[in-house]
This record gives sequence, structure tokens and C-alpha cells, in this order.
Amino acid sequence: MLGHLPYALAAWLILWGLYGIVTSRNLIHLVICLAVLQTSTYLILLAIGYKAGAVAPIYADMPAGTVAVDPVVQALMLTDIVVEATVVALLLAIAVQAHERGGSLDPARLCALKG
Amino acid sequence: MIAPLQWLLFLLLAVTGPAVVLTREPVAQAVTVSFYGIVLALVFFLHQAPDVALSQIVVGAVALPLMILLAVAKVKRKEASRK
Amino acid sequence: MKARLVLFGIGALGFAAVWFAGARKLDPMGSYHGAYGEILNAVSVPERHSTNVVSAVNFDYRGLDTLGEEFILYISVVAVAAILRKQKDEEEEDEDEAPTQLREAPDSDAVRLFGVGLVPVTVIFGLYMISHGSVSPGGGFQGGVVLATVPLVVYLCAGAKTYLRIAPPALAKGGEGLGAAGYALIGCLGVLAGKKFLENVVPLGTPGEAWSAGTITLLNLTVGVAVGTGFVELISSFVEELLRKAEK
Repeated sequence: MLGHLPYALAAWLILWGLYGIVTSRNLIHLVICLAVLQTSTYLILLAIGYKAGAVAPIYADMPAGTVAVDPVVQALMLTDIVVEATVVALLLAIAVQAHERGGSLDPARLCALKG
Repeated sequence: MIAPLQWLLFLLLAVTGPAVVLTREPVAQAVTVSFYGIVLALVFFLHQAPDVALSQIVVGAVALPLMILLAVAKVKRKEASRK
Repeated sequence: MKARLVLFGIGALGFAAVWFAGARKLDPMGSYHGAYGEILNAVSVPERHSTNVVSAVNFDYRGLDTLGEEFILYISVVAVAAILRKQKDEEEEDEDEAPTQLREAPDSDAVRLFGVGLVPVTVIFGLYMISHGSVSPGGGFQGGVVLATVPLVVYLCAGAKTYLRIAPPALAKGGEGLGAAGYALIGCLGVLAGKKFLENVVPLGTPGEAWSAGTITLLNLTVGVAVGTGFVELISSFVEELLRKAEK
């Protein structure tokens, strides 16, 4: 059994995502590191709601009363994923615009932003 | 039956996550992030979350890499027209 | 760079320590015993006639959250369009640019044939996912994104002109607003009928059939429209320059 391993894995992914953001030399790369960081939240939600031996909360071909995993965290993960996609789209658009205005995708060379 | 698969997929996640971060070129990253998205979808599927797995496949393996590639294409075009 | 890494290392160590102290007390994975999820699993089918409990949570028990999510999607689509729009002072330098050639249909017969075969399958799969969201895995979000890949396949396999014909920018913009507004309006139906916001007002039907679960299926439809057109709009914003030249 996995025990507390998923929580450790989530922390591992958060730290790697942060490391990528801290050392990034490219705004597009930075946005993707943020996306990796966000996936750790899915893992925590999944680990909290999972029940060993239970089935998916879909009762289309199961008798009522079958033990299923928690549907609430799955609904939260669903929301999380769609929001992640839109946030990435927005940040990528901002990165493209920063390149247009500042002439570079390197955050270190963007210090003098023209208004 | 399920435990070895769990170990395998969590190990894959632990390796591919850093791999995405350490890929410094955004175009190459579009490929690694889409692989990472598929591994994540498999993890969801294995843990009885088919709804989430479906949306992770379409978002992580299709929409995300696509938007990255389009953003890179837009930046490259701008750089080409500046020269 | 080096100072930055040292700073990050110190922060990471502190983070790991706090995380370890906190996660130690959590239940190990696989031992979930929360009451809320178990109650929902028990009441979803008899009460809402929805065999997919995740859909029931998303569109009924926590329907207000999804309304908020819908608006997040809407606002970020508007924001991307606004950020990537050409400003007035940029129009002039645009003239000097070499004329962009439009994406033509590819020469390869295999690619075009593949596209012709893929489009109907994807359309039907997307519609199936949206309409059966309350029965089996799937729903407005997943089906909407699947449908949004259809114009993309068309763009790759038939060129920009055909893309514009099946997904004109006006249609994508209108659909996004219509989907977001439709969700709120269906919520208001409950208020008009003297019940609560987002409470079910239409017949529930038989559990397990496509047109069951009342407002859950209707809300899935509006979300499918909003997400599908929203993603088309996002993609169009990034390839906008190519498309604008095609309109002329």
C-alpha cells in the first residue's frame, strides 16, 4: 500500500515546479512550470478521496449502495483542471505581450517595461 | 493487482514532473508536458476517477501543448519580422 | 543566480519540514471515510436521477461553484482576446511585414483523408460526451474541449479558409457569451418557479437515459457550448493574424 507516499510526491512536484519558476530564463517555460506545480493539487485531492477497493462514483451499471470513492474531490479536480487550462492560456498571452513590448522572453531582461 | 501499477505510475510521475521542468526549450517542453499529462490521466483512471481522467487527457495532452506551440509560433514570427 | 538558488534551497527545506509535519497526521491514501461523499453517493440516483455522481455534484449540489468557474473561463477568454489584440500604434509596422501566406490545404492526400475521417467521429464523440454527462463519465467540459478540437483538425487538414467557414470568430464569441449566460438563466428558472437558485425545475426522467436528471443535462449543454466555443476562441486568438488576413 502507498500510505503517505502521494503527499510526499505532491510536495516533490511543488518543489520542482517552484525550482523551475525560480531558475527560469524563458517566460513560456515559467508558465509550464507553474502548470506542473498546480498538478500537485490534483494528487492531494486524489489521495484524500481514494478508498482502497472502492469503485468509481458512476452508478450506471452498479446496484445502489455499492461503495464508491468520494465524488466531491473529483468534482473539485475537474474544476481545477479547467481553471488550470484557462490560467495557462491567460499567462501565455501575457508572456507573448511582454515579448512584444519588452523585446525578450527572459524575465531578467524585462526590467524596463515600456508602458 | 493494483498496487504494482500504482507504484509504477507514481514513480513515472515523480520522474516526468522534474523532466518537464528541466526541459528548457518551450517547443520540446510541449512534448514532455503532454506525456506528463497522459501519465497523470492514467493515475486518475487507475484511482477510479474516469471523469477527471477524460478532462485531463483533453486538456493536458491536447489543449496545453497546443497553446504552448501557438504562443511560441507567435513569438518566433515577431522575432523574424523584427530582423 | 547563485544567491537565488541558496534562497530557494532554504525556503524549500522549510517548506518540506512544514509539509512533513502536516502530512504525517493525514489519513494514509486509500482509507477515506468522509461522510459527505458517502451521503452524496447514496442520494444522487434516487434524488437527482443522475447515475454519474460527479456530474450531480458539479451541476447540482455544488452548482454555484461551477457557475463561478464558467465565469473564470469567460473572463480569461475575454482577457486573452484583449491582450493579443493589435493596438492602434502597431498597425503601421504591420504594413511593412512580409505578406503572410495563409495556411493552404496540405498536398498530402493521406492527411486530408485522415481529416475527413476524423471530423465526424470527433463531432459525434463530443456530442455523446456532452449529452450523456449525467449517465456515464464525461460532461460539458470534456465534450466541449473534444468539440473544440474539430475546427483545429479542419485548420490542419483543410487550411485556414475552411476553418473560417466552420468557426467564424463572431460565432465563437457569441457562443461563449451564450453558454455562460445560459447557465445563469437556467439557474434563474429555479428562482422563477419559487424555488432556490439552480434548483431543478424540469422533469427528472429515468435514471440511466440520456435525457434524464433534469437541469443537470441542460446545464451540461450550456457548459459544453461555453467551453467548446471558449477554447476555439482561445486558439483563434493565437492564430488571429493569419486569420485576419484571410477575411480580407
